[in-house]
Amino acid sequence: MGFFRTKKIIFLIVLHTFLLSVALSCILPFFWMINVSFKTQQQYDDDFGLSLASHLNWENYKTVIITEQFWRYFLNSVLYTFITVLFIVFISSLAAYAFSRLHFPGKNIIFYAFLAAMMIPLPAGFVPVYALLQQFHLLNRTGYVLAMTNMGLSISIYLLKTFFDQLPRDLEDAARIDGCSKLQIWWNVGLPLITPALGVVVIFNALNVWNEFVLASLIFTGDKYMPLQVGLMQFSGKLVTYHTLIMAALTVAALPIIILYIRMQKQFIKGITAGALVG
Amino acid sequence: MKASLKDNAVDFSFVFPAVLIFSIFYIYPFFYSFILSLTNYDLIGNFDFKKYYVGFRNFQDIFSDRDWWKSMYNGAFITFWALTFQNILALILALAVDKVIRLKKFYRVVFFILPVLSEIIIGLLMRQFLISEPVGRDVFNHLLTNVGLGAMAQEWLSGDKVRLVTALVHCWKGFGWAFVIFLAGLQSIPEQLYEAARIDGANAWRTFCKVTVPLLMPVITLILVLTILGTMQAFAMILALTKGAGGETTVPVMIIYFHLGNRFAGLACAEGLILGIILVAVSFTMFFISKKVREKYGVLPD
Repeated sequence: MGFFRTKKIIFLIVLHTFLLSVALSCILPFFWMINVSFKTQQQYDDDFGLSLASHLNWENYKTVIITEQFWRYFLNSVLYTFITVLFIVFISSLAAYAFSRLHFPGKNIIFYAFLAAMMIPLPAGFVPVYALLQQFHLLNRTGYVLAMTNMGLSISIYLLKTFFDQLPRDLEDAARIDGCSKLQIWWNVGLPLITPALGVVVIFNALNVWNEFVLASLIFTGDKYMPLQVGLMQFSGKLVTYHTLIMAALTVAALPIIILYIRMQKQFIKGITAGALVG
Repeated sequence: MKASLKDNAVDFSFVFPAVLIFSIFYIYPFFYSFILSLTNYDLIGNFDFKKYYVGFRNFQDIFSDRDWWKSMYNGAFITFWALTFQNILALILALAVDKVIRLKKFYRVVFFILPVLSEIIIGLLMRQFLISEPVGRDVFNHLLTNVGLGAMAQEWLSGDKVRLVTALVHCWKGFGWAFVIFLAGLQSIPEQLYEAARIDGANAWRTFCKVTVPLLMPVITLILVLTILGTMQAFAMILALTKGAGGETTVPVMIIYFHLGNRFAGLACAEGLILGIILVAVSFTMFFISKKVREKYGVLPD
C-alpha cells in the first residue's frame, strides 16, 4: 500500500471517468430517443423529453407502424436484406470454393479482377448503375437486389477464399473417393466447414443492405416498395414538427438492430472490421 | 484432353454466377461511366452515344463550377476533423481500453453501437437533438440553459456553425469503428516487446513512440486511408442531418446525387470520375508516405 498503489488507483479512476463519459455520450441519445417515443407531443413540449416518461404510451408506435405504414417499410427491408444475403452466400461461397480448390484457365485473372474491384474506390458508382438499370427496365426490386448482391460479392469471395485456403483437404479427398461430385463436395463438406466465416459474411452484408440508402432512394420512389431507410427520410420530411412520432419511427428502425447487435456482438464487430482489414 | 476440357467447364461453372453479376453490375458500369461522362444523356429514351456526345464539356463545366469546389472544400473540412479529432480520440480510447482489465468488453460493445446503426438514423436523431423546428424546441440549447450555459445557445444547424457541427457528428458516428481497428492492432503487439522496453528503462512515452507507434504504423495508414475514402464519400448522414444547409454542408456525393435526380447523368458521371481519381491519387500517396516512414524507422519487414 505505498505511493505507487495510490497513484495507480487515481490513474484508473481518471481512465474510467474518461471512458465512461464517452460511453455515455454513445448511449444517452438512444435512451432519450426511446423515452421521447413514449410521450405525447404536449409532454415533449414541456421539458423536451428530458424527464422519464410516466408510463409506456404506445400511441406513437400505433400511429407510426399502422397509419404511417412502417410495417410495410420494415417488411420490405427484411425482404431485400434476406434475399440479397441469400444470393451473396450462395454465389460467393461457390466462387470462393472454386478459386481455392478448382482449376480453370483465367482463374487468377478473374480473382484479381474481384480484388481490384474491392480496392478501387468508385464514388458515385450508383450513377452508371442507375443508368444501366433504367435501360434494362430493372428499376424495381429485382434490379435493386441484384445491384446490392454485386456490392457485397467481391469482399465475401475474398473472405471465404482465404478461409477455404486454411482448411485441410483430407475431408474433401475422402468425399471424392466416395464418389461425390464437386457440387456435392461443396455442399456437403465445404459449406459446413466454413460456417464461422459465413456468419461474418452474413452479418457484414445484412447490415450493408439494411442500412443502404442511396440506391434505394433512387429506385423506390413509391410507398409500396420503399425500404426502411428511405421511408424514414420521407417520413421525417413530411412530419418535421411531430417530434414524438419521428422518435417512435427511429426506435422502430434502430431497436431491432441494437438488440441483434448486443446478442451477437462478436460477429458484428468481426463483420464490420473484416471489411476494413482485408485492404 | 476431352475430359479435362469438360472438367474446366464444370469448374468454371462454379464462378459463373459471380462473374456474370460482377460483369453486369461492376465492370460494365465502370467503363460505361467513362462513356457517359462524355455525354449529356438525360436518362430519357435510349442511350445513343453520337446523339448525346458533348466531348469534354462536362469536365470543363465542373472545373469552373463554384458549387462543386465548395462541396469538395466541405468534404475536405469534414475529412480533416475525422482524420485528426476522430482518429486521435479513437487511438486514445484504444490505448486506454487496452490498459484497463475491467469493463474492456463493455466499452468495446458500447463504442461500436454507432457504426452499426444506419447513417439515416444517426442523422435524423441528431437533427432532432440539435435543431429548433419550430424555433425554441431543441433539446441541446435547453440542456445548455439548464447547466448555466444559456449564452451559448444558438442555431446549431445553420449559419457558420453547421459545418463544424456536421463534422463533429460525423466523428461521433465514426470513432467507434477506428477504435475497434486500433484496439485489434494494439492487441497484436507482443507483450515481450513492452517488457523488453521496460527492462531497458524506457518510460511510457518513449515506449509509445519507439514500440507502439512503429508497430502500429500499418494499422494507422490503413485507418487514415479508409477515413479519407469514407469521409470524402459521406452523404446519407449529412443529408439526414442538414439537408445541405444552403450549401454550407453540401458534400461532393450530394451534388452528384442531386444532379442524377435532375437527370444530368453525364455530368454526374464526370463528377464521380473526378472525385474517384482524386481519391485514388490520395490513397496511393498515403501508402507511399507510410512505406517511407516505415523504412525510416527501420522496422517491420511487413
